[in-house]
Amino acid sequence: MKEKSLSGRIMSDKMFITGISILSFLVLVPLILILIYIVRNGISVVNWKFLVSLPRPVGEPGGGISNALVGTAILIGLACVVSVPLGIASGIFLSEQRRSKFAYVVRLFTEVLQGIPSIVIGIIAYLWIVKQLGGFSALSGGIALGIMMLPVVIRSTEETLKLIPHSLREASLALGVPYYRTVLKVLLPAALGGITTGIILSIARIAGETAPLLFTVFGSPFMETNIFKPVNSLPLLIFNYATSPYPEWHSLAWGASFVLVVFVLGMNLLSKLVASKWKVRY
Amino acid sequence: MGQANGLSRHLANAYPGGILQFLNRNTRAIGLGDRVFTKAILVCGIAIVVLLLGIFVTLMIESLPAIRAFGIGFIGSKNWDPVAGAFGGLPFLVGTLITSLLALGLAVPFAVSIAILLGEYWKRGPHAGLLRSAVDLLAGIPSVIYGFWGLMVLVPLVRTFELKIHVAPYGVGIFTASIVLAVMIIPYAAALGREVIELVPADLKEAAYSMGATRSEVVRRVILPHASSGILAGILLALGRAVGETMAVTMVIGNSNFLPKSIFSPANTMASVIANEFTEATDEIHLASLVEIGLLLFAVTIVINIVGRYIIHRASVEA
Repeated sequence: MKEKSLSGRIMSDKMFITGISILSFLVLVPLILILIYIVRNGISVVNWKFLVSLPRPVGEPGGGISNALVGTAILIGLACVVSVPLGIASGIFLSEQRRSKFAYVVRLFTEVLQGIPSIVIGIIAYLWIVKQLGGFSALSGGIALGIMMLPVVIRSTEETLKLIPHSLREASLALGVPYYRTVLKVLLPAALGGITTGIILSIARIAGETAPLLFTVFGSPFMETNIFKPVNSLPLLIFNYATSPYPEWHSLAWGASFVLVVFVLGMNLLSKLVASKWKVRY
Repeated sequence: MGQANGLSRHLANAYPGGILQFLNRNTRAIGLGDRVFTKAILVCGIAIVVLLLGIFVTLMIESLPAIRAFGIGFIGSKNWDPVAGAFGGLPFLVGTLITSLLALGLAVPFAVSIAILLGEYWKRGPHAGLLRSAVDLLAGIPSVIYGFWGLMVLVPLVRTFELKIHVAPYGVGIFTASIVLAVMIIPYAAALGREVIELVPADLKEAAYSMGATRSEVVRRVILPHASSGILAGILLALGRAVGETMAVTMVIGNSNFLPKSIFSPANTMASVIANEFTEATDEIHLASLVEIGLLLFAVTIVINIVGRYIIHRASVEA
């Protein structure tokens, strides 16, 4: 190999770091552009009336997203009911029997589940629930979102439980506490912070999911709180308004995007706060 | 403390079934509560396995009419005509392949740069904090908002660009979808790359420094070769993301069911054709064909994920 001069090598070192810094910070450009557009177009639309009124037909001024907000809350609630108990229990299983062969299989399946495209989950919820019940419903969408939440809840439960030292478990068992009470009353409370962080993060992830809702909850112009009826949801409303040809609907979509981004970022911040305040430390 | 840990490790190795297996073998004092609890968490573990198998079996059964009618030719046929009842998946396979690979090509230089910066140069400090939060933010923005932004802002820009280079100015199309996808997968690939770069052992780097290597030489000759398989796996997993991404692509790809002629022409990916046609599919064969596309999508992403996870797992065990 050809010998390079020292100054040449220092030069190429400088060029390398400059090059990768420029490439890295170029990524900020689309981020800033997206945020600017959402804030500039969204903030002028968002006010109290926007949040509490129903969508109006084209041509009528005003109109809001109240039904989408309620629908999104219902969907998140249903998704949590589906995924949190099953996810925590499976996480306990993975951490308690971490070396058994079956745990390896479950862990692999959890990872695969996480990789399934959201649209495929939508198809499944359609085939399993919409087709059986004979109509679009909030329930089917909630279950679809619950399936998407599940891997995140399982992983965060498992990872947090693994951080808890053996001495805690041994102390409890040595005192004669039954095994199941040791897990439920000693290990689980100690891991609650990490598990909560995982749940909040997974809520942030599913709040913006649209694909699994297209043919499950379908969308609705009315205020609907019955979980067996189609409801509206924030991302679905953005999709429907964004792909419509009407400028006034576009501006409503910007407003809804602003609300959704604020919610998702708020959830991310909250998870960081919980993680730092409520850390597992031993 | 050290002794206690040693004991725990010994117990854990001897009894892979956990502490209950130990108690089971060594005492007779297992209460009903313990037995119920162990069974209950085992059932939940089984439920996860059943869920995934159930998804696979359901997709298989529901796509049977299409598999029976078109056989293996489904993948090779470029004719998708719901009105005539002819269904071939080739346009969507090609659309997905071109869109994701183009997005990956656009994303990789940026993602690797970020991974190197955050994994090696700036482990902490204000720069690192800024870049890391920015990447987190990018990862947090919902895909429908990327699609909306792409439709409102990027599509007109691309249209102007297409007029300048004299191709049909659709605005929407594979090119636009790839740009949006690239932005969406950069955070994912960067985070995975950073993890494997951080795993490169310090003694390897120190050895190179002690022989007088500059920092960039250490990165290029020691860190990147050592982390290459992990970075590759990260890129593969990002590809898995790109293949399955639905909303943003659906909104900017132009939804055309013909084989794309160039990277500027409108097309459809597997995910976007499902999103577009699923609610309108009234006859059985149309629905079954869409489910079959879903099955293909499922299979492709599973293979990508298992291979990627396997490489990353191996890389982190070695380090």
